[in-house]
Amino acid sequence: MTMVQALNAAMDVMLTRSGDVVVLGEDVGYFGGVFRCTDGLQRKHGRDRVFDTPITEAGIMGIAVGMAAYGLRPVAEMQFADYIYPACDQLISEAARLRYRSGGEFTAPVTVRAPYGGGIFGGQTHSQSPEAIFTHVAGLKTVIPSTPYDAKGLLISAIEDDDPVMFFEPKRLYNGPFEGYHDRPVVPWAKHPASEVPDGHYAIPLGKAATVRSGTAVTILAYGTMVHVALAAARDAQVDAEILDLRTLVPVDIEAIEASVRKTGRCVIVHEATRTGGFGAELSALVQEHCFHHLEAPIERVTGWDTPYPHAFEWEYFPGPARIAEALRRVMEE
Amino acid sequence: MDAPVPVRAPLSLHVPEPPQRPGSEIDFSTLAVPPAGTARRPDTDCPAADMTDLAYDLVRVLDDQGHAVGPWDPVLGPDTLVRGLRAMMTVRAYDERMQRAQRQGKTSFYMKCTGEEAIAVAQGMAVDRSDMLFPTYRQQGLLIARDWPLVDMMCQVFSNAGDRLKGRQMPVFYSSREAGFFSISGNLGTQYSQAVGWAMASAIKGDSRIAAAWIGEGATAEGDFHHALTFASVYRAPVILNLVNNHWAISSFHGIAGGERTTFAARGLGYGIPSLRVDGNDFLAVFAATRWAAERARANLGPTLIELFTYRAAAHSTSDDPAKYRPENAGAHWPLGDPIDRLRQHLIALGIWSEARQEELAREVAEAVQVAGKEAESLGTLDKGPFQSARTMFEDVYKTMPWHLERQRRQAGV
Repeated sequence: MTMVQALNAAMDVMLTRSGDVVVLGEDVGYFGGVFRCTDGLQRKHGRDRVFDTPITEAGIMGIAVGMAAYGLRPVAEMQFADYIYPACDQLISEAARLRYRSGGEFTAPVTVRAPYGGGIFGGQTHSQSPEAIFTHVAGLKTVIPSTPYDAKGLLISAIEDDDPVMFFEPKRLYNGPFEGYHDRPVVPWAKHPASEVPDGHYAIPLGKAATVRSGTAVTILAYGTMVHVALAAARDAQVDAEILDLRTLVPVDIEAIEASVRKTGRCVIVHEATRTGGFGAELSALVQEHCFHHLEAPIERVTGWDTPYPHAFEWEYFPGPARIAEALRRVMEE
Repeated sequence: MDAPVPVRAPLSLHVPEPPQRPGSEIDFSTLAVPPAGTARRPDTDCPAADMTDLAYDLVRVLDDQGHAVGPWDPVLGPDTLVRGLRAMMTVRAYDERMQRAQRQGKTSFYMKCTGEEAIAVAQGMAVDRSDMLFPTYRQQGLLIARDWPLVDMMCQVFSNAGDRLKGRQMPVFYSSREAGFFSISGNLGTQYSQAVGWAMASAIKGDSRIAAAWIGEGATAEGDFHHALTFASVYRAPVILNLVNNHWAISSFHGIAGGERTTFAARGLGYGIPSLRVDGNDFLAVFAATRWAAERARANLGPTLIELFTYRAAAHSTSDDPAKYRPENAGAHWPLGDPIDRLRQHLIALGIWSEARQEELAREVAEAVQVAGKEAESLGTLDKGPFQSARTMFEDVYKTMPWHLERQRRQAGV
């Protein structure tokens, strides 16, 4: 199963299990979404459960907060994470704080799905990774899957969660894993073990990282597309790296990070988003707060450059396996 | 390089300016006020296109002698009328006491709704107790119309140990699920699209409850206003969209919000939403228009936009001084009068009220507010406490406290 199909299955399961779940967004209804994630859901669950909205991300978010306050569990799709900014007032000032400011009487259990990240020649308005804007907001949880299996289990958990959840989907991984070598043939999910996705309901708890490769030399902290790129980099650089797929950024699995870095004594942090103020900065601070006396080398960050996402220079911007391998070599030299 | 510019007459920018500023006499003589009883009352299933005139007219029921006239008279019984009068007087007495408490340093901030009491009170009475209200910050009358305890409201204003919101919100940002009163936000307009979402959810679930929302004329410039109208129109949401035009957004007159060339009610017409313009100081007109909109919503006929035409007689808040930007005492000259005086006059005209009973009611209301005030202050004030435990600061950010907040709570030593 592809990640698109896994996400579709998660929403199908939740729409079937609970009459309170609704799916809304631009083009998600009859057409089934520009990436096909909601294909067939309207036909199966009805027009008042899965429906198209006007083109207004702020409006979608305001509507979703109101629906959630009523008692529904809306799954709102932002067609691209790049389009999310108009919705920020409703997300940051409203959804994130409703439980707090009402003394727990009103809540906003909204799941916001948004395809993020580059690698598809989307230019600056279809390639961004804005996760750090939302990890900075008290009251929001932020989740990013890296495989079809995780995508289904995490999305089910997100919809069942009683707090608002930002669910960023690595669009470059929708139809196949991606190691960051843009000039190599596209690999389908079918050949990847994590494309085995069980039928029906299963949940992957939020706040738990996965160790996707065990190792002793260095810890790589990654999420989304970069999990696959990091695996390729460790393989190609022949470094015995331990790779953690964080899966949830807030609340982050500090125990898993601490255990791994204490073991390896080295840490490389990888994300596609721009560097300054990125989630890597938070991870770096956490690692030094929790593991300072175990560190044998400075923490390295491999990230997108601090520029808008360029169209023609996508692969110079993208933190590919070569850049990660360089960072691995640097931390191993210390 | 810019292209060469041909020689033409220079352009100039129009920046709206209110007719009077401090130092001149207030003059409302250019304000068009149609006589009471002249606006027509269409059936509740009337399409928006067949009632566009009502977005420019003014629905009024109470005439200058205090008689209820015309097709919009809601024909309310004496009990309902007296209840409305009592609630409006309670709002005014409550406002006076809380404003005084702020001046005495017992809290940080307060906002009165003087002159606008009929809006929240009549509207709160015209919908069902189970309908959901999405107010902005000048609708304290909704809680009072729903007989919500004054002590609970005061505790919120004092952020004291009895505050259900645990001292997290600044004064007047009430919230009560039990009262069907949604948590107020300072980011103006956000509640408008949320109300539409709530109403859509009610329709999805086959519920029979409707939603109502309030916004000021100033905040109609916010995107949320337009998102709300778009969604309400597209999905025929069972919602009443109230727009309180009190003519002032802090120091900016309604012209800065776009009120010079059209009415605010007319904003609804472009969305195909039936839109009414109503005398907001006329208890009966406000009640009748709200009932009309509620009937439409309950019959699955969709949203109504109601512009409540009124005047902010008091300052924006305790942090504001209107003498700096408008003639002094402007509210006293508002041609549509005072909502409490007008309803009192109506009761007297009906022969069911007297000045003596009015004084008696005023005494009762003053005493009730005083008793509540003393009780609330015994639970604490912002200057002296007591407050809820500072430990509660870390609660309710998430349903379950995550590790990082638990750690920060320990660091804070609470």
